[in-house]
Amino acid sequence: MRRSAAVLGSTALAATLLLTACGSSAGSADAADGKVTITVDLFGTFGFKESGLYEEYMKLHPNVTVKQTDTQDEGQYWQALQAKLAGGGGLADIQGLEVGRVASVLQKQADKFTDLKTLGLGSVNDELVPWKGAAVKTADGRVLGAGTDIGPEAICYRTDLFKAAGLPTDRTELAQRWSTWQGYLDLGKQYVATAGAGNTWTDSAAGLFTAEVGQQKVRYADESGKPVFDSSQAVRTAWADAGRLVADGLSAKLPQWTPEWNKAFSTGKFATLSCPAWMLGYIKGQAGEAGSGSWDIAPGPGRTGNWGGSYLTVPRTAKHPKEAAALIAWLTAKEQQTTLFRKQGSFPSSTGAQAAIKDVTDPYFNNAPIGRIFSESAAAMPAQVLGVDDGVIGKAFTDALGEVERTGTAPDAAWKHAMDNIAKANGN
Amino acid sequence: MAITSAARLPAADPAKPRARRAGRLAPYGFLAPFFVLFAAFGLFPLLYTAYVSLHRVELQTTDRMDWVGAQNYTRLLADPFFWNALRNTFTIGVVSTVPQLLMALGLAHLLNYRLRGRSFYRVAMLMPYATSVAAATLVFAQLFGRDYGLINWVLGQVGLSPVDWQAGTWASQFGVSAIVTWRWTGYNALIYLAGMQAIPGELYESAAVDGASRWQQFRHVTVPGLRPTIVFTVVVSTIGATQLFGEPLLYEGNAGGGISHQYQTLGLYLYEQGWSFFHLGRAAAVAWVMFLLIVVLALLNAAIAARRNRTDR
Repeated sequence: MRRSAAVLGSTALAATLLLTACGSSAGSADAADGKVTITVDLFGTFGFKESGLYEEYMKLHPNVTVKQTDTQDEGQYWQALQAKLAGGGGLADIQGLEVGRVASVLQKQADKFTDLKTLGLGSVNDELVPWKGAAVKTADGRVLGAGTDIGPEAICYRTDLFKAAGLPTDRTELAQRWSTWQGYLDLGKQYVATAGAGNTWTDSAAGLFTAEVGQQKVRYADESGKPVFDSSQAVRTAWADAGRLVADGLSAKLPQWTPEWNKAFSTGKFATLSCPAWMLGYIKGQAGEAGSGSWDIAPGPGRTGNWGGSYLTVPRTAKHPKEAAALIAWLTAKEQQTTLFRKQGSFPSSTGAQAAIKDVTDPYFNNAPIGRIFSESAAAMPAQVLGVDDGVIGKAFTDALGEVERTGTAPDAAWKHAMDNIAKANGN
Repeated sequence: MAITSAARLPAADPAKPRARRAGRLAPYGFLAPFFVLFAAFGLFPLLYTAYVSLHRVELQTTDRMDWVGAQNYTRLLADPFFWNALRNTFTIGVVSTVPQLLMALGLAHLLNYRLRGRSFYRVAMLMPYATSVAAATLVFAQLFGRDYGLINWVLGQVGLSPVDWQAGTWASQFGVSAIVTWRWTGYNALIYLAGMQAIPGELYESAAVDGASRWQQFRHVTVPGLRPTIVFTVVVSTIGATQLFGEPLLYEGNAGGGISHQYQTLGLYLYEQGWSFFHLGRAAAVAWVMFLLIVVLALLNAAIAARRNRTDR
C-alpha cells in the first residue's frame, strides 16, 4: 500500500462507495435443489457456533448451511459494517449489532435494515425484558433486530492466585468485601502487596470504567438525547475510580480485545476481571481447558449493571431474508437462549429463559452458581438510556484511560484528550 | 518503439493519404488504453474527491450532500490532530527513510563485490519486499509486544527494563519505522546495485591505480555515479513516506494511531476521518491536502536535484 498511490486508492474507494449504490445482485448462487447458505457476520463471542447451535439447526434443516464470520473487536466490526452498508455490498444475511450502536442505527440507517415484521417476526422480542425489545423499535413501529443476550455484571477472579496471595476465595465473603468499588480497590491493594512482582489485580482501567458506568441509568446521553457525558455523575465517579486503580498500581495495563490481553488470560497476569455474562464464553475461549477450575465468579460491586448485549439484524441486501429470519427466530427462542447460557454463559434476554436458568452452575468456574448470580444482577439492572454516540464516547474514554495507565498521563489531561477526541469524532 | 516505426511508415509511401492519417493516428490508438484507464480510475476519482471535499457527507447518510465550501479545509487546518499527524508523518518518514537508504547503499556496495552465491543474496534482498504489509506488520507487532514480545525479552536478558513499544511516542514511531525499513531496504539496495553496475569498471581500476582505498572509491566513484539513482529513490521514498498507511494501521489494529495518536500518520488520519468517524467530506479534504503536499515535495526534490546537477558541472 505504501507506494501504490494510497491517495488515489482511498479516494477511489470513497468515490466508488458514494457513486455505486450497487445493491448486490439479487440472483443467488444457490442451486435449484433448495439448498441455501445463510451467512452470519458477528463480533466478539456470541457462542452460537461454540455451543453447537448451528450444527443442531442444520440437522433440523438439511437444506440449510450456516456460515459464520467473526471479528473479535466490536469497534473494528462496526467500522467494517458501516463501509459495507454505505457501499451496499458484502453484507451477510444476518449481521450482529451491539446495544451501544442501536440508537445510531435507528436514527441514521433504519432504512438499511429489514423490518423484521415483514418477515413474520413481529413478535420476536415480545418475550424479552421490555427495554431490550423497545430499544430496537423505530418511532413508526418497525422492528430492526431480534434481541439475543444482555450483559449483567459480576466479577471473575482466579482462585489459585487468590489462595497464593492469602486472600479469601469464598464467593460470599468476597462479594461482601467488594460490595463497593472502594472495597474492590482496597482488596486489590492487599493483593498486590502480597502477590509479588508481575501480578496485578485487574486487566485494565477500561474494564472497571465500563462496568461502573454500566450501573447507572444515564451515562453518556440523557432521556431527551442531550449528550451529558462530560457532566453525568456516573461517568465522573467511574473515571475517578479508574484513576485510583491506576495510581495504586492495580492495573495490568492491557488494552481489551488485543492479542496481548488474550494471552494474559492463561498467564495469570491479572487476578480479577469485570465480568459481564458474555465474558464467560470469552474466558473459556482464551484460557481454554487449562483454565478450567482456576476461575470463579462472585457478585460484583453494586451487585448489578449492564455491559453490552446484542441483536441480530437482517440487512436490506440480504440474499436469503426469509431463511435468515427463520434462523434468527430459532436462535433467539427461549430454548436456545437457555442452551447458550448453560454452555457459554451468555445471559438470556428472554424472560422465559431467565426463569429456566436460575439454578445453573458452571463446572468451568468452580461450579459457581452463575444462574443465581447473574439473575440477581439482571433483576436490579437499570433500563439504560441509549445515546446515538455511545460507542464513540465509550471508546474515547477507554482510550484515554489507556493513556493514563500506559504513558503516565495525568487523569485530568487524559480527560481533556477524551473530550477532544469526542469533539473530533462528532463535531461538524 | 511503436512511435518510431509508425512515424516512418508514411514517409515510405507518400501516395496514400488515408493510410498516412491512419499511420499518424496509430500511436494515439496504442496509448489510448492507458489514458482511458487513467481517466476512469485516476483522474475521475481525483476530481470527484475534490467535489466531495467541498461538501458535508456522512458515510451513514451518503445520499445527503450539503455544500459547505472550503469549510472542510479551514477546519482541517485548525485541527490540532491534523498537525499532529503531519508531524508524525514527517518524523516517521525521516526515521524510516534515511537509515533505510543508507543501509541500502551499503548493502548494494557489498553485493557489487564478486561474492559466491550472489544471486541468492539478491533474491533474499527482495524477500521482505515480496511479503505483504499485513503479514510483516503482524509479526513485528508480536516482536514488539510489551509483555510477551521477543524484543523486550532480549532487553530483559541484558538487564534493561522493558519498553512499551506501542504506547510511547518515540518507541512506537521507531516500531513502525522498523517495519518500513525492513520491507524496503532490499528493494532500494537492488535499485542501487543496478545503478552501480552501470558505472564503468575502468573508473575503479584507475582509482585503484591512484591508490584510492575501497572507502575512497565508494565515496568518489560510486556515490557520484549513482546520483541520478539516489535522487530517484529519495523521491519515491518521500512519496511513500507521505502516504504511509498499512504499517501504522495494523501495528495495533487501530485507526487512531495509538492511544494518544502518537504515531497517527496523514494516511491514518484520512482513514480515521472517513472510516472511523464516517466524515467522508473531511476525509476527501485530507486526501486533497495530501495530494498537494506530495506534488510540492516532488517539485522540491526535482528542484534540488536540478540544482545539484548544475553546480556539479
